Amino acid sequence: MPEVHGQMGHSIKRVEDARFIRGRGNYVDDIKLPGMLYLDIVRSPYAHAKIKAIHTEKAMKVPGVAAVITGETLKAYNLHWMPTLMSDTQMVLPVEKVMYQMQEVAAVVATSRYAAADGVAAVEVDYEPLPVIVDPRKALEPGAQVLRTDKEGKKDNHIFHWEAGDKAATEKAFKEADTVVKQDLYMPRIVVASIETCGIVAKFDAVEGQLTVWMTTQAPHAIRTVVALVAGHVGLSEEKIRVISPDIGGGFGGKVPVYPGYVIAIAAAVVTGAPIKWVEDRSENIQADSFARDYHMTCEMAAKKDGKITGLRIKTIADHGYADAACNPSKFPAGLFSVATGAYDYDAAFVEVDGAYTNKPPGGIAYRCSFRVTEAVHAIERMADNTAHELGMDPAEFRMKNFIKPEQFPYKSPTGWEYDSGNYGVALQKAMDMIGYAALRKEQAEKRKRGELMGIGISSFTEIVGAGPSKHFDILGLKMFDSAEIRIHPTGKVLVRIGVQSQGQGHETTFAQIVAEELGIPAEHVKVEHGDTDTAPYGLGTYASRSTPTAGAATAMASRKIRDKARKLAAHLLEANEDDLEWERGRFFVKGSPDKGKTIQECAFAAYTNHPQGMEAGLEAVSYYDPPNMTFPFGSYICVVDIDRGTGEVKVRRFVAVDDCGNRINPMIVEGQIHGGLTMGLAPALFEELTYDENGNIFGGTFMDYLLPTAVETPNWETGETVTPSPHHPLGAKGVGESATVGAPPAIANAVIDALWHLGVRNIDIPITPAKVWTVLKEKGMALEE
Amino acid sequence: MSTHHVKVNVNGAVKEADVEARLLLVHLIREDLNLTGTHIGCDTTSCGACTVLLNGRAVKSCTVFAVQADGGEVMTVEGLTSNGKLHPIQEGFHEMHGLQCGFCTPGMMLSAVALLKQNPKPTEEEIRWGISGNLCRCTGYVNIVKAVQYAAEKMSG
Repeated sequence: MPEVHGQMGHSIKRVEDARFIRGRGNYVDDIKLPGMLYLDIVRSPYAHAKIKAIHTEKAMKVPGVAAVITGETLKAYNLHWMPTLMSDTQMVLPVEKVMYQMQEVAAVVATSRYAAADGVAAVEVDYEPLPVIVDPRKALEPGAQVLRTDKEGKKDNHIFHWEAGDKAATEKAFKEADTVVKQDLYMPRIVVASIETCGIVAKFDAVEGQLTVWMTTQAPHAIRTVVALVAGHVGLSEEKIRVISPDIGGGFGGKVPVYPGYVIAIAAAVVTGAPIKWVEDRSENIQADSFARDYHMTCEMAAKKDGKITGLRIKTIADHGYADAACNPSKFPAGLFSVATGAYDYDAAFVEVDGAYTNKPPGGIAYRCSFRVTEAVHAIERMADNTAHELGMDPAEFRMKNFIKPEQFPYKSPTGWEYDSGNYGVALQKAMDMIGYAALRKEQAEKRKRGELMGIGISSFTEIVGAGPSKHFDILGLKMFDSAEIRIHPTGKVLVRIGVQSQGQGHETTFAQIVAEELGIPAEHVKVEHGDTDTAPYGLGTYASRSTPTAGAATAMASRKIRDKARKLAAHLLEANEDDLEWERGRFFVKGSPDKGKTIQECAFAAYTNHPQGMEAGLEAVSYYDPPNMTFPFGSYICVVDIDRGTGEVKVRRFVAVDDCGNRINPMIVEGQIHGGLTMGLAPALFEELTYDENGNIFGGTFMDYLLPTAVETPNWETGETVTPSPHHPLGAKGVGESATVGAPPAIANAVIDALWHLGVRNIDIPITPAKVWTVLKEKGMALEE
Repeated sequence: MSTHHVKVNVNGAVKEADVEARLLLVHLIREDLNLTGTHIGCDTTSCGACTVLLNGRAVKSCTVFAVQADGGEVMTVEGLTSNGKLHPIQEGFHEMHGLQCGFCTPGMMLSAVALLKQNPKPTEEEIRWGISGNLCRCTGYVNIVKAVQYAAEKMSG
């Protein structure tokens, strides 16, 4: 098969770099419209309080202030509440009470961002503080204060109960087990903190009834439909709503939800008639935007003496803050947590999750993962290590013994998923070979004799991504297909428009490569556009590693439709029967006469200049791809840590990541995504957490104390690959953007516990900070003190 | 609020503006001069997205008042390219895949330029410390380090 530049597997450089390295990106905050006003938000200092009065008079006198918007303003349009993507409700601006610290209370519109900030400082609010609930376990206790008094008849703080698996079979497995290992694990509340915060520019043309918004959103089409549904009663109609997601400075799940600031800005644009810009500060981004995780998990694993896993049971309490504002597919209130059975073969599992309201910001979204998969993987991989240690087995040997075997695929998991493909043992063996596993174990034993603390941690995860098949997956009823539209111009150059949206993934490069692969047109002749609802075909957007599994597949399918028509054109040009033509990348030729052929470019030209009678002119295709199944990328990670007995600091000495995401479109970009994902796995493992005091005051609300890893803390990641194609994806690809974020935390946590197991340590909840380790070392008499 | 007349040489051209005393340099650059390549990523001088060179030194322009730059020289990402030719650090970021979403990239490149000016042949460790005032959420820094190494080699060679 002839090669074409930029086909699948080529590490071509990215086309989007050209503007970014010159400072020519176009992010939301770069947009400036004539007459534009700036919006800033008054926020609550209390986590729970009645609003007695909002005094706006002083603010209105501040030079430059044009308007102050309160809940009462919005109530007149019935826009003071909005639905969440989980069919719960959330305040846009409050009328009666605030439910978390930093909640939006009022908004000021002014001629500059400085004047808007002055206006915010001049708004006075009278509050009456109310008792606060920060712990979801306390929220669920009988007799707890009911937080959602807006919900008629609501008598508790329980949001949902969800379960998967077979409870009775699991109880039986646990009764018959030789060993049961139990561990409470907490996945901390974190935020994605993309370096660009969230923002919007909203412009409303009252004469045309046209609303245009430039917005930091990962899902522009879904946003357009939601705006049309929520604000239809004030005259916004979907054909006159245009949502543009320009260059986005990182998404990671944090730019999927609809935040009150967006809605207030749109309302302000409609009310004032001026374009409105709102861009949040970092502190607002951390303290008020949707969080991730916050899962309190009680995990149990049952096993036989010989190390065979026989059952898994997990009971979880999920803290959703004051509203369930997650962005899960609607049938999955706990996301895809039921993939918690992992890469191992056993029959009995039962997992359940109960959601609770607390006085914290609403959520929870994913933090670079496919709907609660990180929580699931942390549970199973921490339990695998602890169970291996309890049984006195090497954690690698334990995993090898329990892996689902290659010949068992497609594999039906005990919680009902059908894993498409996997070859787990090969990936783990490769990671062990790369890192020199046996030598490290020897070194560890020697160091332990000298009192030095070194640990080796493994994580052999499987993900579930690519949501998803329309039978099960929708968001607010919108099925989770995705789309591509391809036009071949007369000269054989290409325009591709896709329903997904890049926030740094490099779609302008990789989607061109899919066309190069399928049609044999060089990638540099393929222009990719996305993120504008007036031009891109409808899609559900980019998150949950779904772009390649869904829109990537759609791009391949649309390319194949084009190839089918090109075959007819080639047959016409060659005066041959189309059944007698063979395809090689970029060209049709007559079977047995390879010299007699027509290139795809010649076919494209003919489509506009010389198409046969009876055939429509042009060469275009659209595909809306409904995936038949999810994809299941996997990998094995091994981490080596050294623990400083003097400070409690955990130093990641080496980290090897072997990933299998099926066929790779652009290996350079895949590797870059893995590097970034590993760093976002390191972050909650060792550094990041949002905590609250008993009054609901947030700790860690700025970059001074919410600690993103810098280049100094981040190790030099070592990567490797195996390739097990997805059998159902047209390109054999699986998606990779989140694997590393999902797989890394338990590898690091397992390494720390591996270093301390002999001292009787069974768990330290992440983030494993020096203070936590120091406390443990001190308890065990291992701390070095001056 | 008092206003002041400032004159700043930005990327080789003298720019003048009347500014409030409290106006941050980053807002002068982005909003008065419309050079939007310099970004804002935080409000605590932590992320470095707004890094520019002020009189040859890397500064976080969110923590410098515009009036402090009066009479000085500022270089932003838009000034890296000369006569249409990319600066070696820009080439390095492209060649080594040192960027993904591109938001931290301008600040990251200017910190690297300042580092290489002080230390033309930095070790990997020195590069990591040199860019440790700039946060990136996408790349895990591995390829940023390689991009700086690429530029160091090209500039010394």
